[in-house]
Amino acid sequence: MNCEELFDKISGIEDRFTALERPLPNRIYMTCEAENVYELNRFLFEDLGLRFVIASGCDPGGYFEVIYHYAYDPEGCLVNLRVLVRNRENPVLDSIAPLLPAASWIEREINDLLGIDFRNHPDMRRLILADDWPEGVYPLRKDTKVAGGGVEK
Amino acid sequence: MKKTINKPVLAVGPLHPLQEEMEFFQLTLDGEVVTDIDVRISYNHRGIEAISETLQFDQVPYLVSRICGICSASHPLAYVNAVEEIAGITPPDRARYVRTIIAELERIHSHLLWVGLGGHFIGYDTVFMWAWKYREPVLDLLEKITGNRNNYGNVKIGGCREDIPDELVPEILKDLDEVEKKTDMLTKAVLDDPVIHARLKGVGILTKEDGIKYAVTGPTARGSGIAIDVRRDDPYAAYGELDWNVITQPEGDVFAKAVVRLLETTEAVKIIREALNKLPGGPIAVEVRDIPPGEGVGHAEAPRGETFHYVRSDGGNRPVRHKARAPSYVNVPSCKATCIGEHIADVTLTLASVDPCYSCTERLAVVDSRGEVTHDYRRLLELSREKTDRIRSDLGGVKPLKECNIG
Repeated sequence: MNCEELFDKISGIEDRFTALERPLPNRIYMTCEAENVYELNRFLFEDLGLRFVIASGCDPGGYFEVIYHYAYDPEGCLVNLRVLVRNRENPVLDSIAPLLPAASWIEREINDLLGIDFRNHPDMRRLILADDWPEGVYPLRKDTKVAGGGVEK
Repeated sequence: MKKTINKPVLAVGPLHPLQEEMEFFQLTLDGEVVTDIDVRISYNHRGIEAISETLQFDQVPYLVSRICGICSASHPLAYVNAVEEIAGITPPDRARYVRTIIAELERIHSHLLWVGLGGHFIGYDTVFMWAWKYREPVLDLLEKITGNRNNYGNVKIGGCREDIPDELVPEILKDLDEVEKKTDMLTKAVLDDPVIHARLKGVGILTKEDGIKYAVTGPTARGSGIAIDVRRDDPYAAYGELDWNVITQPEGDVFAKAVVRLLETTEAVKIIREALNKLPGGPIAVEVRDIPPGEGVGHAEAPRGETFHYVRSDGGNRPVRHKARAPSYVNVPSCKATCIGEHIADVTLTLASVDPCYSCTERLAVVDSRGEVTHDYRRLLELSREKTDRIRSDLGGVKPLKECNIG
């Protein structure tokens, strides 16, 4: 499978994405809604055999994004699945850790830093934050204020 | 630890004896066999990703080179790969070659460092002394080129900060000959030593299937027969124009990972030699003005595996989001697959075989189910060395290490 065929396979389920771009021959970006997160990650990992690299949690303001980065090593292609989490009050995503143990740590980290809850995660404890860090304060959220060395909400 | 635990629990950490940063491994034991393992990290979280959003694009390479003193070429490389992708910048040819040379010098000194520590841990302190001695000239070369033994900060967006002066090339080539000779000697010593075979083979096996599930990278993946290497798969710097081999071993045990690292050191010498001979003339950087809005992903093959950076720009002079993932972040969790079922004397070695890298200091303690310390780092090191001794004497009555006065 070369990059073209990989892109064709991803384009084959285009209706699941709200956007699909290929800015460079070996860089693919897709965007989807939160409810498709498990199914599309399963598609990338199991059906296409991509290697999970990491997920990036972002707070562009108003909503959250979690971008799952995958690599297709035989062609050096990076595939990025952007999942939109629109419910800022109660952000929830299905965990992909039961499928992919490699995602276990990063989901815990995103939970620490952005407060996104990962449903069905087998081991949802803090990873990054200290045990005495206050509940409900998420350091990477744009509306979290940092003042005088301490964190205030 | 007030909870009732039926089986004894072994706590390794928060400071690991072989590596640089705090981490905490809690092992559950049945007799002397590990039945479960839990890892805690982030005792020293520095908030690099948050700091990055407060810096300008051209300041970030110096920040990310401080993620790790040893991988201080790989992180900036992955970052500039991502930013250059956003802005469509192609660095000059000479800069791409200089980047390659610095990255491979880094690989040599990192792998030799690991070989030394691995030797120390199984009781071969001579290997430790030798490997670190041979590593020194490599650090000196890095200092001559970049001004620093570590934290070189030599990569910048659009090129490099410091050039390799032409008059330094013969000296680098001479030092490389020496490094190659010594690495060959170390490799042969490891491959020929029946004790090392008996001590490392079959220990801490990571199967290919588990390697894929845990998405491991670098020598940890290549030691399990997963032939991935960013330098070949998605060539950056000058790797696409040089002739070198990706080293893999199928077995997945500690021995396989050691062999991969040793042979990669020799490959790195080859890469640098060829890059120096082909070193193009011309400038080492292009002028960079604005970084347009957009997002980019960049990765680079660090000594421990793939370093990955995601950068997003809104057209301002700072990244609005910057995610960095070091290879140990995916390599360390694979201990769930490698340590369970292992003997306690092998666990520290197995954990160290992924060459975990976090930050700096060492301590290690074993507590029983009442939270009392039963083993400390010294005791665990003894356990590991006693096992080597048993193997040595089983293999023909060789004097125990203790009596050789090298421990």
